[in-house]
Amino acid sequence: MKYSILLFIAFAFGNTLMAQECSSILIGEIVDFHDNSPLSGATVTITGTSKQLISSAEGKFTFKDVCNGVIELEVSHPDCKSQFKTIRINGDTYEKIRLEHHLEELDEVKVTGTADNITTSAQEDRLSLEDVEKFSGASLGDALKTMTGVSSLNTGANIVKPVIQGLNGSRILILNNNVRMQDMEWGEEHAPNVDINANQNISIIKGAAALEYGGDAIGGVIIMNPLAVIRSDSLYGKTQMNLFSNGRGGNLTSTLIKSYESGLYIKGQGSYKRLGDLQAPDYLLSNTGIQEKGIAFTIGKRDFVQGWEAYYSLFDSDIGILRASHIGNVDDLIEAINSEEPSIINDFSYDIIRPNQEVTHHLGKLNYYRRFEGLGKWSVQYDFQRNRRFEFDIRVGDDANKASIDLRLTTHSLSTDIKIDSNKDLDLKIGLLGRYQSNFANPATGVRRLIPDYDKYDLGVFAITEYELSEDLTIDGGLRYDFSRVDSKKFYRTSRWEERGYDDDFSDIILDDLGTQLLTNPIFDYHNVSATGGLKYNFNSNDLVRLNYSFSQRAPNPSELFSDGLHHSAARIELGDLRIKSESASKISLSLEKTTDTWGYTIAPFFNSIADFIILEPSGVEFTIRGAFPVWSYRQTDAQLLGIDASLYNNWTSTIRTDHKFSWVRGTDRETDIPLINIPAANLSNAISYSNSKWKNLNISLESQYVFEQQRFPPNILVFSPQQQQEVELNINTPPQAYHLLALDIETSFTITNDNDFKIGLRATNLLNTNYRDYLNRQRYFVDDLGRNISLRLIYNY
Amino acid sequence: MKTIANFKMNFNPKTVLGLLAAGLLTVSCSNDDDDPEVVNEEEVITTMNVTLTAASGNITLQSQDLDGDGPNAPVIDISGNLAANTTYSGSIELLNETESPAEDITEEVAEEDDEHQFFFSASGAVTGTDYADADGDGNPLGILFTLTTGDAGNGTLQITLRHEPKKPNDGTLSDAGGETDIAQTFNVVIE
Repeated sequence: MKYSILLFIAFAFGNTLMAQECSSILIGEIVDFHDNSPLSGATVTITGTSKQLISSAEGKFTFKDVCNGVIELEVSHPDCKSQFKTIRINGDTYEKIRLEHHLEELDEVKVTGTADNITTSAQEDRLSLEDVEKFSGASLGDALKTMTGVSSLNTGANIVKPVIQGLNGSRILILNNNVRMQDMEWGEEHAPNVDINANQNISIIKGAAALEYGGDAIGGVIIMNPLAVIRSDSLYGKTQMNLFSNGRGGNLTSTLIKSYESGLYIKGQGSYKRLGDLQAPDYLLSNTGIQEKGIAFTIGKRDFVQGWEAYYSLFDSDIGILRASHIGNVDDLIEAINSEEPSIINDFSYDIIRPNQEVTHHLGKLNYYRRFEGLGKWSVQYDFQRNRRFEFDIRVGDDANKASIDLRLTTHSLSTDIKIDSNKDLDLKIGLLGRYQSNFANPATGVRRLIPDYDKYDLGVFAITEYELSEDLTIDGGLRYDFSRVDSKKFYRTSRWEERGYDDDFSDIILDDLGTQLLTNPIFDYHNVSATGGLKYNFNSNDLVRLNYSFSQRAPNPSELFSDGLHHSAARIELGDLRIKSESASKISLSLEKTTDTWGYTIAPFFNSIADFIILEPSGVEFTIRGAFPVWSYRQTDAQLLGIDASLYNNWTSTIRTDHKFSWVRGTDRETDIPLINIPAANLSNAISYSNSKWKNLNISLESQYVFEQQRFPPNILVFSPQQQQEVELNINTPPQAYHLLALDIETSFTITNDNDFKIGLRATNLLNTNYRDYLNRQRYFVDDLGRNISLRLIYNY
Repeated sequence: MKTIANFKMNFNPKTVLGLLAAGLLTVSCSNDDDDPEVVNEEEVITTMNVTLTAASGNITLQSQDLDGDGPNAPVIDISGNLAANTTYSGSIELLNETESPAEDITEEVAEEDDEHQFFFSASGAVTGTDYADADGDGNPLGILFTLTTGDAGNGTLQITLRHEPKKPNDGTLSDAGGETDIAQTFNVVIE
């Protein structure tokens, strides 16, 4: 490895020595991001030099005698704040710079060049800042759902796991300020421990094409980055407050940034959220309150040549789990499924009682980058995460206040990469990652561990490249190798050990026989390879196509391997399997995009074939002296996901716009030809909006969402009901009916000290107070989903 | 561009590699923790012995689940057939047989009688059950009970123990709430 890095550095140096010419011309054009109108009077500076120009009436500027290589431009406009853009000069160069200038003057000015996307060839989507603000009081998963092809797996309204093109959990990576979240994403009732208000530049990559973040993103990657910091001596910030009728609470979030001309910046952010019991149209959802706290501090210095950043964030949540979803055994479940109303409805309360979960996530990061002339940019990063998770169940007697699950997951990662962008058409990025993770399951719970103690070691190495074959055609590709070792110490009940047949296959890993329990030491190594390749072709300035193939492998997570026991609050026995091996996905995706001022569309079909797909599904029932419990077990099969995401927009007039989105995915177990479980139903959303910048930026939009009934689902299981003394069908897989929801959003902005610095928004979701249940909500057995919610948001930029 | 050139001179790949290697080594130091502590679930009930006494002879019903939430179903043992048209006096014994000698959980239930209650549900040729004891507040407990049989045939007796039920309650499980400690059905023959 050492030698190859040395070689590669030598190569890169050699390469640049040939290409140092300073006679190029850079012609630039600055346009408004929204309507492509030219922006005149913008000051453009090549950083580190005295070269400075003002853009002409046509928004153009021309620098002569520019050296080949990478330069950085600082662009500022009277209506905007300074922004930076890195440009590669190779001979005479033309660059179009788009400034988002009239909507978000004070908090963000995006400089969006041609390379808006993270990958070249994969399907991607980005949340606008307005959308992030609309969902400031909700969760990341709720905000992401506004994107085509993204749905969510919920446990109630507060635990929202993103689902990308039918896949969720460990198949989706979340990059929180460039740190891969390690927060026990394996559990269906484990939501991402991120504050949506902390890092508001949010985009997703559908699939595993972004290999730099990990090779196992079979579902996709969610990237949350901070908004760009303005490089000038200033102190600025934003405060947003949201109030909700449903839950009778709200949240408050505030960001304050001190920045300096030198590139130094200090940023602090804090959020607090509190909601009481939520309300379905016909009844209160008892014990569904939430309390969330988030803080984040950043200090850093950003310069063209080098920069560093230190970041710390804390996210703390206490989430109530619907009281009526706590059930005793299979008969209670049968009863819950068959009854219209929840078994327990208490008076409204802000108190969060049992069952509930309390999760604290610490994240710390240090990074440094340096740009080497003629070579590229080298970065190194260390990050630390600690996730502490308590799950409290309804327990009695002396154990009443003891958690049933108490896990502490600690992760250290060290990564480095070098991006070589000195070559004219070729970008190459090579990186290395080392990670150590340790899980500690506290025995003080008095409950046998669902997830055992383990140590996990990861080593990854990747290379990704992007090559511009011609002005219209760019190809990209990447290769990644990951090694993982899981070293666990786990107790098995002897009866379980034998029932699983481990006594035949794993007799050599037993450390100690305690009579009814065995202490075992499973150590598993996984070697995973991922690869991606694709192209982007621009037919003309409005139309383009992206085509991507990616192969990715994912090692099983601890839950898939080790889960073993009764999940009390869900009244189900979950069983992992030590024999589970890595799953391998081959995905082809295509994206046909048209973007014009008046209309545009994206049509994005995909096909994902996953060998050894790991699936968790109801498989039967086990009897205990306390009654019968449904068993959910992990198994592997070959699966196939086929789907399409489509979106269309049209600006009917300068003020009226409509947006239409449709997504559909079909998942099949190819070994049995039975539909896969938990595949989101087809979803159609339409919105019409009126916006007028002359009337205080008034924006009114009416959004309609129609979720079809999922017709394809695995068969229900037959269980013996001790109460009824007969076999009954447990309708555990039957999806609920289709539903239609309306939402209305009104927003306007005012001027207090700066232009349009104060925004007020009013939003009503489930406007008609429709009764509905969603297939991907685990509480659909017990209760209807949320009723009408009217929220008020106030945003002040200063 | 001049400033950038200076950095080029300072760049030493060895330093970078050294730093990286050092970092990775730190990260990959394995910690040889001691073996984790075993969790022996407390207050486990593995066994329920029901003794039915009548002049015609005693019958015992046993449900034994030594592996708790493990895969093995409880083993049901019924010593014989019940006599028709008879009233039996019943008593229940609860044991934790994961410990040696077996721990008698019945005593605990009797001590915390206000936090426990057995519920009986009969069908078929088992025609009825009734409480024969009460807690300190005079509410039914169910360690002692009576059972009456009808004409010969098949019948079931379902016994449920709830911890922290609502007391008093209307005698139904749904009204009582609480946590299920035991839910077991016995299929009996009456002759």
